[in-house]
Amino acid sequence: MDRREAVAKLLAARNGALVVTGLGSPSYDVHAAGDSADNYYLWGAMGGAALTGLGLAQAQPGKRVMVITGDGEMLMAFGAMATIAVAAPHNLDIIVLDNQHFGETGMQTSHTGRGIALHKVAEAAGFAETGELRSLAEVDDLALRLIEPAAGPRLFVLKIKAENLPRSLPPRDAVFIKNRFRAHLGLGTC
Amino acid sequence: MTVAEAISTGDEPRDLARDWPLGMFDALKAAGIRQMSYVPDAGHSTLIRLFNEAPEVKTNVLTTEEEGIAIATGAWLGGQRSVVLMQSSGVGNCINMLSLPVQTRTPLLMLVTMRGEWAEFNPWQMPMGQATEACLRAIGVTVLRAETGADVVQIVAQAAGMAFDADQQIAVLISQRLLGKKKW
Repeated sequence: MDRREAVAKLLAARNGALVVTGLGSPSYDVHAAGDSADNYYLWGAMGGAALTGLGLAQAQPGKRVMVITGDGEMLMAFGAMATIAVAAPHNLDIIVLDNQHFGETGMQTSHTGRGIALHKVAEAAGFAETGELRSLAEVDDLALRLIEPAAGPRLFVLKIKAENLPRSLPPRDAVFIKNRFRAHLGLGTC
Repeated sequence: MTVAEAISTGDEPRDLARDWPLGMFDALKAAGIRQMSYVPDAGHSTLIRLFNEAPEVKTNVLTTEEEGIAIATGAWLGGQRSVVLMQSSGVGNCINMLSLPVQTRTPLLMLVTMRGEWAEFNPWQMPMGQATEACLRAIGVTVLRAETGADVVQIVAQAAGMAFDADQQIAVLISQRLLGKKKW
């Protein structure tokens, strides 16, 4: 499926959700759908997106947090699935945009292109809901499902086309993004 | 009986040479810590038990130490103060992830119990123990060292202030000499 259309559908139905993006194309996809103060874009710290989402979800239990990341970034956070399952937040959703490749670095095949199914790993770890989606119609259903209360953390793998689309670059000023995000939540600077 | 009650000295003044974990816990609670993540270390065991009994603090056990750096960043994004506990060997696992709080100028408080520097029996602890401070400084984290029980309580209290009131990334290294020789 088309990654930009899939992400746009999820964001159109975000309903106040706070969004954290993994470095590379997921950050571009979320930015392409419309820059927003409640988006927290990562440009580095590979393997940190899901757990940044966990810390945020624990600090903001009244809001849903949606992490949108890629298969390579989530593979580097393999242990995070255990940590998140044990923490068991009811307001953390992880969306893995899985093109089965390291797209940013020359389209080398990743582990998910060699048989690793991240949604099954998350299920085995104890996530409340998991799934693998292959069409935009399924993403429409997922967008509605995500608005419903969760019994625990959820992880969904979206199988997307392996292609490098024109980049839509979010600001690289990390302090600006942080302060803008916190201001959205009514939090000040130091 | 809670851990705090079990190790309370009652009406006697607290002896920080022995009771520093309790003093450190009080200092962290006074600093408003709401999230704590950890990879266990024997030197942190009392503090971990105290936090796990504190209902106002969410604790996360980690599979590897760098996870705690990302959790701390997310906690601050959402308005909560946090602390990450690890042993010196875990600092090596954290280096690239530390670019996250350093580059975003997000408060970070790490409490690191040292190995490989004093009465060390296990030579495998030496390389990372000797590299810990240099690694932290190289990535841009401010390092403070505590050698005595009274030191560690005072240093943790003021490190929390610098981290959360001045957006600093700070590691407090707790001396192996203070932790005592491990029995084999």
